[in-house]
Amino acid sequence: MKEEIIIAGFGGQGVLSMGKILAYAGLMENLEVTWMPSYGPEQRGGTANVTVILSDSAVSSPVLDTYDTAVILNQQSMDKFEGSVKKGGTLIYDPYGINRLPERTDINIFKVEAMEATFDMASSKTYNMIVLGALLAIRPLVSVESVMSALKKTLPARHHHLLEVNSEAIHKGIEIGEKAKKDGIVKK
Amino acid sequence: MTSEKKSINDSMEDEVRLMKGNEAIAHAAIRYGVDGYFGYPITPQSEILETLEAEMPWETTGMVVLQAESEVAAINMVYGGAATGKAVMTSSSSPGVSLMQEGFSYIAAGELPALVVNVMRGGPGLGTIHPSQADYFQSVKGGGHGDYHFIVLAPASVQEMADFVGLGFDLAFKYRTPALILADGIVGQMMEKVVLPPFRPRRTEEEIRRQCPWAVTGKTADRKQNVMTTLELDSYKMEENNERYQRTYKEICRNEVRYQEYMTEDAEYLFVAFGSIARICQKCIENAREQGIKIGLLRPITLWPFAYDRLGELSKQVKGMLVVELNAGQMIEDVRLSLKRDIPVRHFGRMGGIVPNPSEVLEAFKREFIQEK
Repeated sequence: MKEEIIIAGFGGQGVLSMGKILAYAGLMENLEVTWMPSYGPEQRGGTANVTVILSDSAVSSPVLDTYDTAVILNQQSMDKFEGSVKKGGTLIYDPYGINRLPERTDINIFKVEAMEATFDMASSKTYNMIVLGALLAIRPLVSVESVMSALKKTLPARHHHLLEVNSEAIHKGIEIGEKAKKDGIVKK
Repeated sequence: MTSEKKSINDSMEDEVRLMKGNEAIAHAAIRYGVDGYFGYPITPQSEILETLEAEMPWETTGMVVLQAESEVAAINMVYGGAATGKAVMTSSSSPGVSLMQEGFSYIAAGELPALVVNVMRGGPGLGTIHPSQADYFQSVKGGGHGDYHFIVLAPASVQEMADFVGLGFDLAFKYRTPALILADGIVGQMMEKVVLPPFRPRRTEEEIRRQCPWAVTGKTADRKQNVMTTLELDSYKMEENNERYQRTYKEICRNEVRYQEYMTEDAEYLFVAFGSIARICQKCIENAREQGIKIGLLRPITLWPFAYDRLGELSKQVKGMLVVELNAGQMIEDVRLSLKRDIPVRHFGRMGGIVPNPSEVLEAFKREFIQEK
C-alpha cells in the first residue's frame, strides 16, 4: 500500500495540522510516513499545502508532482493541483469559494461541503477535522480510532477538552463523505 | 508552560515518534549529553532553538541553551566552550553560517571538536527561506581562511538528522576536528518517523579532563598550563601546525568516507546527489526503471571526505552521470575529479529555493543522455 496525498488550501484552514494528524495516524498503524509542508509566509493567509505519504515500505521522495489523492480547499489549489492527480486517482474538493469546477474525466471527483457544515459547528476551527472525516469516508487510509489517538497525542494536554468537539467534527465529516460517495462521482 | 513540559522519563521511552528534522536535531543533542547550544534564530532551522527552549534541558541534563545576540557571538561561544573540552554546538542557515566563517577557521586551527548545523536556504545574499544546497563549496572547500576542513555530513532523512548529531560529535572528538551537518530546508522542515538515540549523561569534569588532556580546564600541579591560541608568529611552527592538521585530514579521508548506493549493481547511468535531493532522485529511478532505463544512485553521506574512490570505480561501469543539486553546479566538480574513465558528467540543478520534482529530474536526464543519441 502506498498513498501519495496533497492537501491544499488557504493558510489558516488547518491544512498542515490535518496532514500532521493523518501522518500520525499512519504512524500508529505502523506505516512509513512523510509529511512535507509548504513553509513560510503562506502561514499568514496565502496558499498552504502539505504532501503526506503513507506507505508500507520506505518512502523515497518527499517532493512529488503526481498524487493518488488531492484534497482541494480553494480555487488557487484547484488550478494548481487538479492536473497532478494520477489517472484513476481521487480529487476531493470543497465547493465553498470555488468558482471553476474540476474538469478532469479520468479521475474520481467528490464534492464535500465541509465549510457549510462548519457553520453549524460550535467552533469554526474544526473545519479541517470535518475535511479529514470526509477524506476517511472516501479513502479509508487509516482507521478513525488511529486518527482519534493521533489527535490525543498531538494536542497538548491543556487542549484535551477539545478532543470531543474534534471527534464530533470528524464524525460529521464522515457523514458528509458518505453522502458524497452516495451522490457519486461528480461528472463534468 | 510547566504542565506541557515533558519530564525526562517520558521522553526516555524508545518509541517511534513523528517529528521535523530540526526537532530531531534538538532532541538528539539533549540525549547525546551536549553541554551547550548557542544560536540565533533563522528560518528554516529556528525549530532547533525553539525545541531546545521548550524542552528546557538545563533543568534535566544541565545543558546550557543560549540565544546569542548574533551568529558571530554564537560561533565564538562555541569556540570558547570547545576549548574547555565541552561538547558544544550551534545551528543556523546559510546567511547566518556565512557570518560564522571566521569562527570556523579559528575552531579548526585550534583543533577543537564542535558541531555546527547548517539548514541551507536559497542564496546568495539574504536570499529566500526555501531549500537550497548552494553552500556546498563553502562547507567542503573552506569558507573561512586557511587550509582547513570540517567533517561534513549530509542527512537525507529525519532519522539521519537525529543520528548525525551523535556521529558528528563522535568524529569531532575522535579527530579533534569540527563537524558540520549540512542539511537543507526540506529535511529540516519535513516530518518523518524517528527513533531517538538513548540518553547519555553529560560527561563529568573529571571525564573531560581525562578524555581531553589538551582542554583549558584549569592548570593542575602535575602539568604545564594548556594555552588555546591560533596565533603563531613563528612561521616554521605554523607550518608544523599545518602539517599536523593535514596528517589528521589524511587519516579522516582514509577512515571516514561514507556513502549510500541505490540500484547501482546493474546501473547503466548514475545519479549523484546528496541530502534530500537524493530521495527525489530515488523516486525518479523508480519511474525510470518502469520505462526500462537502468539508473542507479550514489548518495555521498560525507561530503568531506568525499567518495572519490567509489565514484571512480563506478565511472568504469556506467555510460554517464547526472549530478543533481539545488545549486548551479558545485559537487559536480568533485564528481569530475573522481573519474577513472572519460564519461560524460552533466549537471541538473534548480536555484534560489526551487526544488525540482521527480519528473523534472527524469526529463533532464533524458535530455542529457537519451535524446542526444
